[in-house]
Amino acid sequence: MPELNTSSLPDLIFTVLFFFMMVTSMRDVTPLVDVKTPTGGSEIEKLERKSLVSHIYIGPPAKQFRATMGSAPRIQLNENFAEVGAIREFVSTERESMFEKDKPLMKMSLKIDKSTHMGIVDDVKLELRKAKALNIVYSAAQEKPKN
Amino acid sequence: MGKGKRKVPGLNQSSTADISFILLIFFLVTTSMDTDTGLSRRLPEWDPNVEEQELTVKERNVMTVKVNMNNEILVKNGKINRPIDISELKDIAKEFIANPDDDPNLPVIEPYDIEGYGTVNTTIKHVISLQADRTTGYEIYFKVQHELSKAYTEVRDAWAKRTFGKPLAECDPKTEEPVVRAVYASKISEANPKEFGTAQ
Repeated sequence: MPELNTSSLPDLIFTVLFFFMMVTSMRDVTPLVDVKTPTGGSEIEKLERKSLVSHIYIGPPAKQFRATMGSAPRIQLNENFAEVGAIREFVSTERESMFEKDKPLMKMSLKIDKSTHMGIVDDVKLELRKAKALNIVYSAAQEKPKN
Repeated sequence: MGKGKRKVPGLNQSSTADISFILLIFFLVTTSMDTDTGLSRRLPEWDPNVEEQELTVKERNVMTVKVNMNNEILVKNGKINRPIDISELKDIAKEFIANPDDDPNLPVIEPYDIEGYGTVNTTIKHVISLQADRTTGYEIYFKVQHELSKAYTEVRDAWAKRTFGKPLAECDPKTEEPVVRAVYASKISEANPKEFGTAQ
């Protein structure tokens, strides 16, 4: 039986590898707050370009921080807990890191836990308005159809 | 010394596949393919000098949706002023947005000029004011937003069917869809609690 020619196998694997390298976003932050976003139905849209989206997490601190921080909802920007006042700086740093033509398209994805009260959400929204980051997304999961 | 042609021995490449396999598996594991989903909104511009813009809007053009600290929804427009269940909200909002029977208590239907299309009769001046307490739960607030979005989608769908003979999803995204979205543009105003005080 003739041996199978495997000399093109590395090339094949490399192609698949490059695909995954491109779609991978390594910027996943470690969550410091517990966020379980609400679910919605038909109106939930996909966010198309990940590079335009910045995330703001709001929710009760994760278990290991409960002892020191309590369970009142907190804001997480990047890898740290933050106060409402830090949002403006966060927005401008995020904006700086974008291409000039993309700046007006910037979207803030608000990942807010279901149990959060509107007070903190409204404070964040007001800060975003002051920072001129007006495109927001209330992050939510697509409801899984029952049955 | 032997100066004849020396043959460069071929590099053994049999392990390249294994190396790239390891890399491939690493990226496979770390990749999160899940795309972000959610409900898009546009916040109003911030202008500290301009507050209480809504006072200039005629009463019949405004629908107020209040969600209070007990997660009860109160709707007030020219026709209705009572607490409602979330399941009723969509139909109430649809009737308010479209005003199909030209009710004098619901928003004014007037000619509106759309660039590149023409003039259509629509309730261009309507406003839905969504107000929440500082202690309102986010989940109910989100559900209200979702229901209002649904109402807009269904009103737009109906208009698209009447005008273009097909639902919004099948409209041409370059020419027809912007027209439909302009006719019934989303006018949800999310007032900050601070701006209307804590009075119930």
